[in-house]
Amino acid sequence: MLIFEQSHTGRRALAQAPMQSADTSDIPDSMLRTDEPGLPSTSEMQVVRHYTRLSQKNFSIDTQFYPLGSCTMKYNPRACNTLAMLPGFLARHPLAPASMGQGFLACMYDLQEILKEVTGMQAVTLTPMAGAQGEFAGVAMIRAYHDANGDTGRTEILVPDAAHGTNPATAVMCGYKVHEIPTDAQGDVDVAALKLAIGPQTAGIMLTNPSTLGVFERRIEEIAALIHEAGGLLYYDGANLNAILGKVRPGDMGFDVIHMNLHKTFSTPHGGGGPGAGPVGVSKRLEPFMPVPVVGYDGDEYYWITEAVRPQSIGRLSAFMGNAGVLMRAYIYARMLGSEGMHRVADYATLNANYLMARLKEAGFDVAFPGRRATHEFIITLKRQQKELGITAMDFAKRLLDYNFHAPTTYFPMLVPECLLIEPTETETREELDAFVAAMVRIQEEAENSPELLKEAPHTQPVRRLDEVRAAKQLDLAWSGPAD
Amino acid sequence: MPFIPHSETDVREMLAAIGSQNVEELFDEIPASLRMGKLSGVPEGLIEQDIARLMMQRAEDDGRPLCFMGAGSYDHHIPAAVWEITTRGEFYSAYTPYQAEASQGTLQLIYEYQTMMTELTGLDVSNASLYDGASGLAEAVLMAVRANRKSKSRRILVPTTVDPRYRQTTHTIVNNQQIELVEVPYCPEGGNTLAAALKQYEGEDIAALVIQHPNFFGILEEVDMLTDWAHAQGALVIGVANPVSMALLKPPGAWGTKGADIACGEGQPLGVPMMGGGPYFGYMCCKKEYVRQMPGRIVGRTIDRDERVGYTLTLQAREQHIRRSKATSNICTNQGLLVTAATIHMSLLGAEGLKRVAQACHANTRKLVAALTVSECVEPVFNRPYFHEAALRFSLPLDSVVRPLHAHNILPGYALAQDYPELGDCLLVCATETRSDADIERYAGHLGRVIQTQTAAGCPVKPKMA
Repeated sequence: MLIFEQSHTGRRALAQAPMQSADTSDIPDSMLRTDEPGLPSTSEMQVVRHYTRLSQKNFSIDTQFYPLGSCTMKYNPRACNTLAMLPGFLARHPLAPASMGQGFLACMYDLQEILKEVTGMQAVTLTPMAGAQGEFAGVAMIRAYHDANGDTGRTEILVPDAAHGTNPATAVMCGYKVHEIPTDAQGDVDVAALKLAIGPQTAGIMLTNPSTLGVFERRIEEIAALIHEAGGLLYYDGANLNAILGKVRPGDMGFDVIHMNLHKTFSTPHGGGGPGAGPVGVSKRLEPFMPVPVVGYDGDEYYWITEAVRPQSIGRLSAFMGNAGVLMRAYIYARMLGSEGMHRVADYATLNANYLMARLKEAGFDVAFPGRRATHEFIITLKRQQKELGITAMDFAKRLLDYNFHAPTTYFPMLVPECLLIEPTETETREELDAFVAAMVRIQEEAENSPELLKEAPHTQPVRRLDEVRAAKQLDLAWSGPAD
Repeated sequence: MPFIPHSETDVREMLAAIGSQNVEELFDEIPASLRMGKLSGVPEGLIEQDIARLMMQRAEDDGRPLCFMGAGSYDHHIPAAVWEITTRGEFYSAYTPYQAEASQGTLQLIYEYQTMMTELTGLDVSNASLYDGASGLAEAVLMAVRANRKSKSRRILVPTTVDPRYRQTTHTIVNNQQIELVEVPYCPEGGNTLAAALKQYEGEDIAALVIQHPNFFGILEEVDMLTDWAHAQGALVIGVANPVSMALLKPPGAWGTKGADIACGEGQPLGVPMMGGGPYFGYMCCKKEYVRQMPGRIVGRTIDRDERVGYTLTLQAREQHIRRSKATSNICTNQGLLVTAATIHMSLLGAEGLKRVAQACHANTRKLVAALTVSECVEPVFNRPYFHEAALRFSLPLDSVVRPLHAHNILPGYALAQDYPELGDCLLVCATETRSDADIERYAGHLGRVIQTQTAAGCPVKPKMA
């Protein structure tokens, strides 16, 4: 039932708004609203009960194992939320002078410094509000750099075909053409094809390492040299930073600009699809182009670095300074981990992934790149099951929900047919991984003996498989009142 | 080891299952030359009680000033239930609802949010939100260029009464897509978009006109006239509006004869704390004929195999994970958690509650303006009607007034000269429903004493204009 269907004319949560209407007679009548917007008329308890019940229809990290590949669904420590929501931080107006926000700015500055260290970059800006905005900032800086050098013939960005969809979409937003580079049989970038693609038109390359295929790009140094020799720059998509935190730094791999997804590696909440935060780190030559504002420190006071100081900046990406509250949570997480804790993230994320891969392989599942190590994630392909039993990756995914596991990422990357991209993260126990393997084995048995169980799955959720074609054809995007 | 559950036995047995000697071996595909040493620049880890002590100290350092600043972020009351429910783990730690059957909570909530936003804006459809108001305007500009099939130009008229940060952000984001943002000046007396300045664009090919209402100065724009003018030129209208204002003022969907085509803006006033500037959320609504040009996630209502009602992400063919380089935007996430808060907030307030909040903010700002302009040295900058925010001109150097007020832990307003050099010594002030009469008196009292001290010290005072 929708909240609107519980609405009752004349009912209100009386504690939540001023008791009386105030005088607004100075506003001309012609400017006033004449109808009443159809918001619900409900009591406070009705609202609390309704949304509590809705929350219970969700899978979440706090309630289920959520091995969604490429999303790093690790535990979000509660302290990060509680401390980021201290009244002093919540009450901070974004345009209050720096002198009245030294505590807040100190956290932001410290976070910049920590992120510089873990990525090996020269400078960091925290303003991008999500990974995709970080990507945008990165590619826009590459463009600004070439433009500043009068190097305007570079019209193309190279993107491996395994990349996240945001990569090509971003390159286009920055006014570039996208040239896709194929992947070889081992999951690495096809360097021979790359060499043919590189030319005076190359502005740069966007790479994820480890790639979305769950393997480390082994020829990264060679790729970096090739791009740099051609005058291009390297962009690092930090989606998979969790796999290498404390092991190898994008700056040392030769990248010129990177973004990080703090909602992945730094454990800020995914919130049902945002907010994220996508800070960007740059090498020396791109520093002048960083988006503003950045936090500076003169040894005595923290202050804002704005466009006045950085005239070559690509500019502003948000009204204020990005998702400050998310940055705060990431900072608290980073301080709790400390340097030792950060080195361990990649260790245990990788241990869990390789263990889960080994167990699933042993149970008879086909790993997409059997000759390779898993990084923090890996792919299994159900191509065989599809061919022999007519069971798809989607069927497996939906049946996993019945076993109370969130499904892995399905049908991404698109290069591997019937794939499940599985990322357990470092915060899961071995028992949880074992239970997941047991469920996969059971589902495989069901696929062989009673395939309808999978085809009809899920059976235990609030709804069964939804008619997505109808959703797109008979658009119903807002409630228009009770049916006649 | 914080947040890592493995015992030594676990590690040993897991390595045995993998067939490796040690964890280090799992990284043997990384070239040795690239491996890093110790993270010496990262401090040692802190246990929870120690990080709590540090953060409490820093939060306290920031002093919680008495806030009379608006300019795009507003200090409203947020019911306790809003964040109690929003931070439930099932909302807080869920991801994008790609597995619809296991995400009906978030999906239904977004559908309810979309409904509420269409009600508030008076438009047909809403998306599931964008990052914030400023980047939302950039997306609206890109959308208008795609949606206006009659226009061949990529020219957008943007009055300087639109929030300067929104204009800067939009410039950054559309800069590389051959879109021309043309500034339209404001009327120096009224503080509204100068209608006469639009004359020169009559008969020209314009893709869209942006109207912020109430505008950055709090001034009410002549929305009916501007909307009809734009439509007569074949331009689309992008309305930027504060959602709280829409409970009281005519919403974008009702502007002019045909209504604005796209509405967008900052969702923060709907239950999101000021929080140093984010995370907030940008809302976006439009007429239904443009829905396929809208960026971002959209939730639709449908049925399952048993014909039960359910909710799912829809129209995904617009998005980057399907369309890649041909997507409507590179945007991937929405601001799910903030939308959760806003939906609960709007449910608790209802239309009547939200309207009373809007009225109370406006009445408080009027009281504030009256209390501050008692002084000979303070007067309103503009003479047109405003909503819940007003620009005041000081006849003595603004800095000499503002700094002493900071010392009294009062945030007196936003200095306009940083964005509008011609408005030197002008302050944009706002008093929301959370400011009491005593708060307003405190500001006015301190200001009076500050002005007295300044003038006694021989600070030049220009007489108030007649």
